[in-house]
Amino acid sequence: MFKTVTSLSILLTNIALCDSVNANEWSGYAGLEFRGFTQSAQESRQDHSTNFSFAFEPEFYHEWDDGDQSIAFVPFVRLDENDNERTHFDIRELTYLKVAEDWELRLGVRKVFWGVTEFQHLVDVINQTDLLENLDTEDKLGQPMVNLALINDWGTVDLFVMPYFRERYFPGTSSRLRTIPHVDQERSQFESSAKEKHVDLAARYSHYFGDWDIGVSHFYGTSRDPRLLLGTDNNGNAVLTPFYDIINQTSLDLQATKGNMLWKLEALHRSGQATTYNAIAAGFEYTFVGIMDSAIDLGLLSEYHYDDRGESATSTFEDDIAFGARLAFNDAQSSEALIGLVWDRNTGGKFFNIEASRRISDSFLLEAQGRFFSNQKASDPAFAFTKDDYIELFLSYNF
Amino acid sequence: MKRISILAILLSLLFNSAYAETPEEKGLAIANEADKRDTGWTDQIANMSMTLKNKQGDSHTRVMKITTLEVQGDGDKSLLSFDNPKDIKGTAFLSHTHSLIPDDQWLYLPALKRVKRISSSNKSGPFVGSEYAYEDLASQEVEKYKYKWLRDETVDGRDNFIIERFPQYEHSGYTRQIVWLDKEMYQPTKLEFYDRKDSLLKTLLFLDYKQYLDQYWRPGTMEMTNHQTGKSTTLIWEDYQFKNGFTDRDFDKNTLKRAR
Repeated sequence: MFKTVTSLSILLTNIALCDSVNANEWSGYAGLEFRGFTQSAQESRQDHSTNFSFAFEPEFYHEWDDGDQSIAFVPFVRLDENDNERTHFDIRELTYLKVAEDWELRLGVRKVFWGVTEFQHLVDVINQTDLLENLDTEDKLGQPMVNLALINDWGTVDLFVMPYFRERYFPGTSSRLRTIPHVDQERSQFESSAKEKHVDLAARYSHYFGDWDIGVSHFYGTSRDPRLLLGTDNNGNAVLTPFYDIINQTSLDLQATKGNMLWKLEALHRSGQATTYNAIAAGFEYTFVGIMDSAIDLGLLSEYHYDDRGESATSTFEDDIAFGARLAFNDAQSSEALIGLVWDRNTGGKFFNIEASRRISDSFLLEAQGRFFSNQKASDPAFAFTKDDYIELFLSYNF
Repeated sequence: MKRISILAILLSLLFNSAYAETPEEKGLAIANEADKRDTGWTDQIANMSMTLKNKQGDSHTRVMKITTLEVQGDGDKSLLSFDNPKDIKGTAFLSHTHSLIPDDQWLYLPALKRVKRISSSNKSGPFVGSEYAYEDLASQEVEKYKYKWLRDETVDGRDNFIIERFPQYEHSGYTRQIVWLDKEMYQPTKLEFYDRKDSLLKTLLFLDYKQYLDQYWRPGTMEMTNHQTGKSTTLIWEDYQFKNGFTDRDFDKNTLKRAR
């Protein structure tokens, strides 16, 4: 008994010591979101003009071995007032990381970002988009993977094996900002008979040469963005059913940083998803530092987005020009604002976007967002959102 | 006897040449000596808290960890990660600095897991809303300035060289700076910044110096006051650690993605 107590106390002391020696920490945020819609919805069952929701994303991080080994755990939950589908839980990250001089190994669920452009993340293909969170496709579901990064003088080679595919989440029937007709996830179809268990593979080379940063990637596996096929549900109502093809995608992302000018290019070639196609996103961002003798930086950006499938593209960016202006106030509250306009050259459809954020105290951050759709044609995927102009306020407590 | 007179001539030549040293040469010699004395620390880690205050007395604090790799013959490499404010926790900057050409600089945004190469040609902008410009915090290489020794001055019983220095970087926000350099430490105790219109913009005081590894002096506190806006920013440096065995690998884009 005494021995057990002693060894227990030694164990506890060791754990306590570990805690004091190594970073072992919780952080994250909890926030309240409000959305106000300026028009009545297209379908009566979507009919709400305001929506509240709550989001919570804690992060646990622990490292040892001088930081050469670590684990991270990031669960996420959202509770939504009107959309049961948007009330959802996800494991954004649950990773073990081992770092060595010339390699890094990551095991588990995580998020990976590829790309350089701002209005669309064309080549970013590893993670499934969490479409329930936001239209901007920047929220992602955690992707299970083994990722080995080989680090060489001539660049980094990342190898990915992804044993499980995450289906895209679509908003429910009562939700605004959804397709019309709505997507019926229960009816998802897969090209592969292994369905979600198809093992997806990817490889990426990335490096920089002077002021050029380059990434070349190949992805083989289940397309993250499904084709949406028109069908009917059991009651004979029209629904869209996701179809997940097996695709091959080769892509390039490139940025040249020339003084205050950033030149950006993303390009891809994809086969396997009905037609073989190419797409590009290319543009620039120029920053005026300290405009009018103030501390404020003004960035002007413009991008062109092209998809050679034209009208049949699954993306809304098939022949679009985007303009944006970014203001960084460089003040104590880190105030920022971004306005953007995407103009569809074919349909004349316009999409306006405003984002702004300001820190209120050390712990509270207020973010605002406004999205407005104008002159959308029925042929464009964005037509479904034409009555869904909205403003959003998000107040978060960060810890 | 003859020998002595030759020695006297030699000595007088030596003294004459010393006397003929221009203020510019003397300024450069002092800068070189300061650089020489602060060479060989290899790498360092420090925690820094930065408190921003405005005229009304409102204050905001940022907390960050900064690791630096000494690079001979070029600017140093540094990795800076934020711990506070919490909404930017995990945001990190990687800089490969250079003397006269723009630095290579990347920003890591943890929410998106995105590494962004950012423009660094303009080093005169404020660093995270503070009264420090990027160029004030970047590694101080001798070639970044032209120098002119002005005078010697005793401040609080300590002898200082007063040197005027002129930034050689074309996008610098300053026409000139005046440095008070402590003769014992060969480290600055005070720095005055003159803006592009050559009026006094800011004063930086270096306080609470401590010596590490019996050689390297580092300030514990740095107080920057902006005379034109009345705002100030105080840096408190803690937990300096030297010679941690860092290499270039600890300052690459892969490490940036997991900076804590």
